[in-house]
Amino acid sequence: MGWFERKDEKPKIPPAKALWAICPKCYSHMEKSVWKANNAICPKCNYHGRLTARERIAQTADAGTFAEVFREVSYSDHLAFHDATGDYKTKVEATIAKTGESESIVMGTCKIGGHAAMLGVMDFAFMGGSLGTGTGEKIARACEQAIAERRPLVIFSASGGARMHEGILSLMQMAKTSAAIARVKEAGLPFISVLTDPTTGGVSASYAMLGDINITEPRALIGFAGRRVIENTIHQKLPADFQSAEYLEKHGFIDRIVERKDMKAFIAKMLAFWHF
Amino acid sequence: MAKVVRKKAGPAKRKAPCAMERVKLARDAKRPHLRDFIANIFDDFEELHGDRLVNDDRGLVGGFATLDGTPVLVLGHNKGETVEENMAANFGMANPDGYRKAMRLAKLAERFGNPVVTFVDTPGAYPGREAEERGQAEAIAKSLEFFSTLKTPVIVVVTGEGGSGGALAIAVGDKVLMLENAVYSVISPEGCAGILWRDGSKAPEAAEALKITAPDLLKLGAIDEIVPEPPGGAQNDRAAACALVRAAIVKALAELAPIAADELVARRYARLRAMGNFY
Repeated sequence: MGWFERKDEKPKIPPAKALWAICPKCYSHMEKSVWKANNAICPKCNYHGRLTARERIAQTADAGTFAEVFREVSYSDHLAFHDATGDYKTKVEATIAKTGESESIVMGTCKIGGHAAMLGVMDFAFMGGSLGTGTGEKIARACEQAIAERRPLVIFSASGGARMHEGILSLMQMAKTSAAIARVKEAGLPFISVLTDPTTGGVSASYAMLGDINITEPRALIGFAGRRVIENTIHQKLPADFQSAEYLEKHGFIDRIVERKDMKAFIAKMLAFWHF
Repeated sequence: MAKVVRKKAGPAKRKAPCAMERVKLARDAKRPHLRDFIANIFDDFEELHGDRLVNDDRGLVGGFATLDGTPVLVLGHNKGETVEENMAANFGMANPDGYRKAMRLAKLAERFGNPVVTFVDTPGAYPGREAEERGQAEAIAKSLEFFSTLKTPVIVVVTGEGGSGGALAIAVGDKVLMLENAVYSVISPEGCAGILWRDGSKAPEAAEALKITAPDLLKLGAIDEIVPEPPGGAQNDRAAACALVRAAIVKALAELAPIAADELVARRYARLRAMGNFY
């Protein structure tokens, strides 16, 4: 049998992901060290990739000022949820072990460019950054502490939305966090929301869109419904830049697209403008 | 000859419908919809249109009416009975304009001391191109923030499908009532099954696991009271179902009326704050 007749053998695809960092936006390949050295930013298309919560904190808080709070708040399995692939409890415990975080958001007090703040950073590696009861509880507590200590609130979001494994109570975190944010504003404190790639679903439809200013990074995905859901509903192809940071800025829902290297200085400048 | 396989008989009498049966009841086209509730519960409803920005959304309807002599604001997702009606109302899926209209009208209710009654019955917020461009996420978020501080009583009735954020956007209130066979969920059973089971046909399993029925939600503290339905479901006797809903709203209004606005808002926050039982 000639090689051209062989049909049943699958071509061996080299494990590209094992060798290269691939930009999810423009698909350009580069050595992993290049991606890392460039702070997870694509050198070709300027897509600002995902960071862990700890990486983000290190780039935002002044050195040595971050003091984590509410680490004791973790997930809760109110529904004793299980699906075809197993228990929620097992999955989330594995995520906790893998990430070393107690929930999809890390919260703490810190200084940003010399300005005292309450800083929350979501980690997409923790169950897709989903909004669980623990996440909502940390945010509500952070809002209350921010009010008590007169700290501006800064939250970096990265999330696929509400955590369905926690059912209705995860949905209720959207209302709980939004109500808590309302109180921060009523107390005369600013809330700066940074929507990083990706911020969608129940998180974009609650606290993430409630910033006194909403800022984002180049090429971040931000939206409510998923692209495929929309395409299936309206039976139309959506433009390539649909739900991108640039698209949202054009439509008036984002104050500014800020490059990662300028993010900390931008936040500090805003806090200075507002006398904090 | 084909062998006749008999399925093992289930329990002779099932006490309550299972989660997926309730999903079907909640979606039944013959179930009372906003129009029925307005006609049977309130006197002299006057609809008001538009968000004052771009549009009048037909998926979410609002207007003032009288209930037992009390003028109230009525807001609700608008589902129809026929395909044509549903096409016009977007199957009860609201656009951002709908939520902005709801906030505009609720602000009026606050100014003039009218309690707000909302009827929740939607598969979810409309997933469309214009909806995203006009800020579906922002509109829902604003609505959650807005209703959490509104200084007038808000009574929520989940009457059919409580579909995720699109439902929650008009479901932040002081008293959340839910019809016996209504469902209320973070994601549709089909959607959840598609993601976690990788098989949309596993919706009954997902419906069970998500705990979306009124008795389950009452246990979880997500709702405050179950409104009974006529035997077999609200679709069997719409007038009777409306009468039961009316009685529950009248009772809730009487409970909330004496509470001062600031106290009402404080309690509403405490109610949300307790979601998740971390205290």
